[in-house]
Amino acid sequence: MTVVPSPVDSTWGQAGISETPKFLGRLMRRPVAIVCVGYVAALIAVAVVAPIAMPWVANQHAGDLLATRQGPSSHHLLGTDTLGRDVLERILVGTRVSLLGVGEALAVVLVLGVPFGLVAGYHGGWLDRIVTWLGDLTFSIPAIVMIMVVLAVFPESMLAGMCTLGVVAAPGLMRVVRAATLQVRDELYIGAARVSGLSHVQIIRRHVLSRIAGPIIVQASLLAALALLVQSYLAFLGLVVAAPAPSWGGMVADGVNALELQSWLIWPPGIVLAVTILAFGLLGDAARDATTERWSPTPSRSDTSRRRYRRKPVRPADDSDQQRRPSRRTRDETDRSTDTRGALLTVDGLTASFGTRAGRATVLADVSFAIDEGEAVGLVGESGCGKTATAMAILGLLPASGTVDSGKIIFDGRDLTSLSARGMGRIRGGEIALVSQEPMVGLNPAFRVGWQLAECVRRHLHLPRTEAKAAAIELLRLVRLPNPESVARRYPHELSGGMAQRVAIARALAGNPKLLIADEPTTALDVTVQAEILNLLRELRRDRQMALLLVTHDWGVVADVCDRALVMYAGEIVERARVERMFRAPLHPYTEALFASNPYLANHADELPMIPGAVPLPGMWPIGCHFHPRCRYAIDQCRTGAIALARPEPDHETRCTEYKRLAGAAR
Amino acid sequence: MSESSQTDNVQTAELLRVGGLTVEYKGRHRRDAITAVDAVDLAIARNQTVGLVGESGSGKSSLGRAILGLAPIKAGAVTFEGRDITHADHRTRRELSRSLQAVFQDPYSSLNPARTVGQTLGETVLVHERPNRQELTARISIMLERVGLPSRSADRFPREFSGGQRQRIAIARALMLQPKLVICDEPVSALDLSVQAQVLNLLRELQKDFGLSYLFVSHDLAVVRHVSHRIVVFYRGQIMEEGDAREVHADPVHPYTRMLLAAAPVPDPALQHARRGVEVKRPDPDGEQASQVSCPFSARCPHATSVCRTARPRLETVSSLRRVACHRWRELTTQSPPKAPAATGAGS
Amino acid sequence: MTAVPAFARDRAQAHRNGGWELAFLSRRSVVGVVLRRVALAVPLLVAVSGLSFVLVSVTPGDAARQIVGVNASQATYLSVRKELGLNLPVYTQYWHWLTHAIHGDLGTSLLTGQAVGQTISSRLPVTIALVGVALLVSLVVGVALGVASAVRGGVLGRAIDAFALLGFAFPVFWVGAILIAVFAVKLRWFPASGYVPISESVGQWLSSFALPALALSLGGIAAMAKQTRESMLDVLGSEYIRMVRASGLAPSSIVLRHALKNAAAPVLTVLGVQAVGLLGGTILVENVFALPGLGSLVVSATLGHDLPVVEGVAVVFTLIVVAVNLAIDIGYTLLNPRIDTR
Repeated sequence: MTVVPSPVDSTWGQAGISETPKFLGRLMRRPVAIVCVGYVAALIAVAVVAPIAMPWVANQHAGDLLATRQGPSSHHLLGTDTLGRDVLERILVGTRVSLLGVGEALAVVLVLGVPFGLVAGYHGGWLDRIVTWLGDLTFSIPAIVMIMVVLAVFPESMLAGMCTLGVVAAPGLMRVVRAATLQVRDELYIGAARVSGLSHVQIIRRHVLSRIAGPIIVQASLLAALALLVQSYLAFLGLVVAAPAPSWGGMVADGVNALELQSWLIWPPGIVLAVTILAFGLLGDAARDATTERWSPTPSRSDTSRRRYRRKPVRPADDSDQQRRPSRRTRDETDRSTDTRGALLTVDGLTASFGTRAGRATVLADVSFAIDEGEAVGLVGESGCGKTATAMAILGLLPASGTVDSGKIIFDGRDLTSLSARGMGRIRGGEIALVSQEPMVGLNPAFRVGWQLAECVRRHLHLPRTEAKAAAIELLRLVRLPNPESVARRYPHELSGGMAQRVAIARALAGNPKLLIADEPTTALDVTVQAEILNLLRELRRDRQMALLLVTHDWGVVADVCDRALVMYAGEIVERARVERMFRAPLHPYTEALFASNPYLANHADELPMIPGAVPLPGMWPIGCHFHPRCRYAIDQCRTGAIALARPEPDHETRCTEYKRLAGAAR
Repeated sequence: MSESSQTDNVQTAELLRVGGLTVEYKGRHRRDAITAVDAVDLAIARNQTVGLVGESGSGKSSLGRAILGLAPIKAGAVTFEGRDITHADHRTRRELSRSLQAVFQDPYSSLNPARTVGQTLGETVLVHERPNRQELTARISIMLERVGLPSRSADRFPREFSGGQRQRIAIARALMLQPKLVICDEPVSALDLSVQAQVLNLLRELQKDFGLSYLFVSHDLAVVRHVSHRIVVFYRGQIMEEGDAREVHADPVHPYTRMLLAAAPVPDPALQHARRGVEVKRPDPDGEQASQVSCPFSARCPHATSVCRTARPRLETVSSLRRVACHRWRELTTQSPPKAPAATGAGS
Repeated sequence: MTAVPAFARDRAQAHRNGGWELAFLSRRSVVGVVLRRVALAVPLLVAVSGLSFVLVSVTPGDAARQIVGVNASQATYLSVRKELGLNLPVYTQYWHWLTHAIHGDLGTSLLTGQAVGQTISSRLPVTIALVGVALLVSLVVGVALGVASAVRGGVLGRAIDAFALLGFAFPVFWVGAILIAVFAVKLRWFPASGYVPISESVGQWLSSFALPALALSLGGIAAMAKQTRESMLDVLGSEYIRMVRASGLAPSSIVLRHALKNAAAPVLTVLGVQAVGLLGGTILVENVFALPGLGSLVVSATLGHDLPVVEGVAVVFTLIVVAVNLAIDIGYTLLNPRIDTR
């Protein structure tokens, strides 16, 4: 039983633009769904036809009494039961009563569940509270027992029994519908519809119904499975179907009674039952998959990491150059940083990719840079450029389908790409620490803040519990949190954004790392809180001689904190320079354009100079310079081959052959 | 660009007036109610962009939503083109949507993912008019091209577009009926810098072409300064300062505005290093609701005195275009120089 | 696919976000939890018992007629009716029943004439033992399998998925029948039916108990394994687990401490639903294996229209469910400190 939303507007219907939500189309593309739907359709056909075609079966008290309890044979394909009746015939005829039960229960559930859930979710208020309370209540009612009570009063009435099941199960559907409606109601396009002046009824009809159709179908399938299960229970117990009418559950009961003599009889009806319940259930699963694949919200990293959380083993970097994967670009000496000796971290030719449906997409292409001890380096770029992937690759925390394909990451003399998982585990936290964007999400909500800090301290400094606790309080004091003892007792959700980020920084410092990687640490914070966090980072760096890799998209932050800056675009480093030099005289068209389009630096009267086009996604990078389609200085050479890093000045590199034409070159 | 005042001759140029508006969200269970907007007056004239700046929790979004009828208004009035629309029912909203539209922050959820771009744009029109199919398709194509998208986008679904493109579609939807006022709630906050520039330019062009007004709500001062004629600085539901955009940015009077400007790092290393050392007082960890009997900023203000903690400041006129809600603004402007650096055009 | 569709997950999610609606009691204290659950239980019991009574008044034929039979005289019928109190209005009858029930007097069986309370308490231990063992086994084995498959992935993960599918689709009476066919009839390792009380012989009790307990547990193991696996995968992919890995903690510590605690809430919800399901399942299992528990009692009572017994069992079952849910609620509170934050 599917819920098909009503066509919204006749004008559009005539225009031939399809209105049915793509959900049904998506569902039907899955082979599992097709098989299940086909099977159910066939069953329905059997349910209708079989009793008509074989009218004697319903009243057959006995069949061929000379051939009772026979196994399968050419006469009786599935054998005969204890009274000599043909099993196959009884199964076919018994289909009707089973499906009828399912239909009754489903009808009651849908009629009760959908409207109440819709109103509760959309309207909220007291109605919502009642519905939720009812839902809570009915979780505790053992449905079977209620059905038995009803059946004790209305004997052998499957209608009564299944209706009772429907009533008991309806609040479950109510809750799902309510949750789905709530979610849709909060979506901004509903707000837009209200701004347009649509009435609530119209909004529900047009926008909400089609969105909740998916979850309703999922629940309906699962409830159908449950209903069939319950119906078979009741039939097995002999409570709903009067003998000699056949029912699958009743036939299993007969089989159980005959087990000592003939064990075959439990199998045919049991298998049919199990397969049918399975079909409904699988349909529900497929429907759920079809629902979740529909929205494409901000692509989240966690999607790919759902399957496995362990980092895929990295192919060990090989010393000989011939083994390295042939890269598009020529390996140029100037790709390396000026002086890699003595550098704390050297990233050399890092290439990484992740898996998509269309194969692997490269997300980092030959990234090389170095960070000295105590130095602060800013990794700047827009979304999709690969800056976060670089940070994650250093720590070996690329999401599940991401692999480092080639390159070295040398930290303090060791090559991180060739370390085992255990070795990497020691580096993380102890030598390289991470602070990420959303402080609230980065802390475990189930544990108190002080406990989480103390755990890190114990892990890295191997202190006993009481000392670790004191050390945790010290760390909180270090990050300028007032009342560190009180903060330590709190849970993450009891902290403000700024406080939570300080706690995250404290945890990162627990192991006394030499390098702190901060991935957009202040993006989610207010500007005044951001200023404090940046102050804090600067001071900590100074006091502990700690190196900092700051990943950000905000040039102001780079100007505030960093000594050097690296600009990334579409998986490549396009410019490297000291910060003063970079701001005063950028030597790459992308950097120059970014500065120009910054409203801070622009003249109010004029239009903001903008960069046409958009950042190409991994897997869709143009040949040659990745930026050339959007670049105003592009020439033919830019389209053909890979561009190597040039070094026009000491300590200032740019991946552009035309840099001389830029305004910065003159300065 | 005209300042709102009580004189009648300004009424005709005034498009929207908000008077004494209070927005209160009811608390759940034992929680107290949250006053998001606290007795605020605001006016927007024709062909004008008013930028509403504030941090998270300041109530700026709630003000925009209240004008649109999407937030619970406890007191005060919203007047649009002379009509009181404070508690307009949906029929009035429908008529109103010809002249009053919105662009929201999140480009991913502001478009119904189950409908094509053409359907979404068409829906706005179909609420009011009944053009035939060809006319409607033509209008949609024109609008799409106006916002810089190919006309065949009408047959695609939102998921096939990037964030910046979706935001353009949202703008196209808002402008289909050529409204007079568009409420933009953080329209570029979720976009990359390069895309941001594109959308901001588009908004300005459309304002010139259609004679629109905007209420531009944002947390980013630089962006707001770039697009607005006037800036209104919001903190905890109250206006702290308002005035001409460039002047407020160059010469802020209110301590909060100064703090905002001081805190935002400027993309100029030498200048930024010189600006450091401005001690930004921390807010209390358990930030409480501003009460009616104190300046909402008094807990964080480095210049707060006893009068600040006991009386709510009123908006006082500083100059012909500038108003400030601070007890001590006179002393403070004579004492310390403005904190905001001038735009130096570094890098360009 | 779980035996429990998304509404259970939704409930756990609601709790995680602190969405409990009855907030007048403190969420943090265990006492508060107990009080709240009791507050819910009272209307529940009233609903369950009241419903039965309402249904009684709707019955075309009534208990008195059943006792005296079709051929009895009108006078006999009326006097029996009066004796049973059936001539009084429904709410009065219900009030009588309620006041008696609170004191433990659940009426008298129409078929046997025995006090319902006595019948129930004599059969209660069997059912409690069965359900208790099945619940425990489901929890321990299911969670272990779920965690292992989430951490290891690969073949084990797919096997768990398939197992969960089958566990849901196989009706429990069929599982019981198969177990009898294989282990009792064919292999003769266990008796096909019958029950030996533990007081008589522990060994025989175990052997008569093994197959029923197994039949009842299998579905539960599958559901718990599947839910645990999904929950763990969800948590393991979360941002804070990534941060924990970034801070260099040992993987075992990460899994067992950090991940499990967060993954536990939905698992607990499923456990609660499983408990309700198991009570239903025990009715079937006791029937298949001929065990003298509440399940087989209620079936024979239903077939014989012995309403007092059916009502009595319904009330007892509801009480058991309330107790289990109470334990789970306490578990939630201990696990998850998150209160309504919004």
